[in-house]
Amino acid sequence: MREVASEVLILGAGPAGLAAAAAAAEAGARVDVIEGNRSPGGQIWRPEGATEAHPTTRRWQQRLLRTGVRVHLETTVVAADGPRCIYTVCGGEMSRFRTSRLVLATGSRELFLPFPGWTLPGVTGVGGLQALVKSGWPIEGKRVVVAGSGPLLLAVADSLRRRGAKLLLIAEQAPRRAVVRLARQLWRSPRKAIQALGLMARLVQVPMRYACWPLRATGDECVRSVLLQGSDGSIELECDALACGFGLVPEIAIAAYLGCDVECGAMSVDAQQQSSVPGVYGAGEITGVGGVELAVAEGAVAGTAAAGARVPVRWLARRDRQQAFVSHLDRAFALRPELRRLAAPETIVCRCEDVAFEALAGAESARAAKLATRCGMGSCQGRVCGPATRFLFGWHHDRVRPPFFPVPMAALAAIGTVQPSSANPACYQTFTMDC
Amino acid sequence: MSRQIEVRVDGRALRVPAGISVAAAIARAGVAVFQRSVGGEPRGPLCGMGICFECRVVIDGRRDVRSCMAVCSEGMEIEVARA
Repeated sequence: MREVASEVLILGAGPAGLAAAAAAAEAGARVDVIEGNRSPGGQIWRPEGATEAHPTTRRWQQRLLRTGVRVHLETTVVAADGPRCIYTVCGGEMSRFRTSRLVLATGSRELFLPFPGWTLPGVTGVGGLQALVKSGWPIEGKRVVVAGSGPLLLAVADSLRRRGAKLLLIAEQAPRRAVVRLARQLWRSPRKAIQALGLMARLVQVPMRYACWPLRATGDECVRSVLLQGSDGSIELECDALACGFGLVPEIAIAAYLGCDVECGAMSVDAQQQSSVPGVYGAGEITGVGGVELAVAEGAVAGTAAAGARVPVRWLARRDRQQAFVSHLDRAFALRPELRRLAAPETIVCRCEDVAFEALAGAESARAAKLATRCGMGSCQGRVCGPATRFLFGWHHDRVRPPFFPVPMAALAAIGTVQPSSANPACYQTFTMDC
Repeated sequence: MSRQIEVRVDGRALRVPAGISVAAAIARAGVAVFQRSVGGEPRGPLCGMGICFECRVVIDGRRDVRSCMAVCSEGMEIEVARA
């Protein structure tokens, strides 16, 4: 197994991770960044095609190069032995990173909610379709409905439109008045205001409905049409693709495993971005979904603090300013209770194990459901159904256990026996391997 | 504009721009169903970022590879039907 010694180890090379890496390195620390994708930049600065980095990422990369930050791409975190020892796998090879400080910048993922037909091919996430299209997925001439909730809907719709998709409808579940109220807050952030105005102008030809959400997708082997609930009755549209996502949820699995306090699904941090576990910092969407400017501001604070340097007051102020916008965002795109009733009894909730809504409805907790039905035990390890069942049934996440991602047995065996995490002793039993 | 390479999707040759994902190549081959769920339902990519595992296929004989994360390379053998 490869050994890497680091002072500040950063998990994730999205906006928060890149900002944290630059700040920590510029404060004099030896910095390593672990990133699962082929290129840094996260989802928001995802490159077009797989070969060239996004222009913004390139600027960050140049900054990281100057300071000697090492970025480990296509590297997945699979286990941890406390916050100072992180195991990764890259192309079948295991590495052990030892570090004195850890910055979690693991970002967020989309919230998918089950409704009849949501498992059909052609029904994707909103960010999901965006990511696919950026990697060469054919969209030109396709009839697309974009549905769900949040600012991502407009951004993705605009990007699909530019690539020649025929946008039939943007369906935002939030009421128009809530979004208008949010728009009134935009003066606080001129950059966001300009972005929003630009989007609205470019999408002026695309039908948009508020208080509108998908009820059912139909098709045999691929989505053919979608039925939506609107304020003035239901509407059915024939389409080739339905992009549907109900906002973003923080990716907290590793934070939870390490014993960091989590509140309302997000990692709790103090003014220096430090979590309840000393030496573990959080930056970006993992601490609450707030957009790219907040992620960069938090990353700079976290990286500096993790390097043991004093954080400039204006950096803290910049972060706090961005933070103020988050609560407005949450309020505007709050999910309506009707979305809890979209699934029919036979609708699949856990896609990996094909567990239907009716099999889960009586369970008391995620753990009880898991034991009875295997809900959340498949390949995605509850990354898709976990947030959904949290919204549907109010279940809290079950304990996180390594491996965090499916990993070849040979690679796992290389770790051998790890010490139980003091924060999470139950993890020991399933993870210990004799070899 | 971009260089074209050749891959095979279930044995059929397909020319695609270099650098696109395997998932994109499969879609360009006109295939919608990437895999069958444990209950036999048709499935295709959902998240596009490597977390949902719905786009798993066989690439050059390796099973369970997430096609949204894999990039096409010259001569690559992609098997969807077997996935």
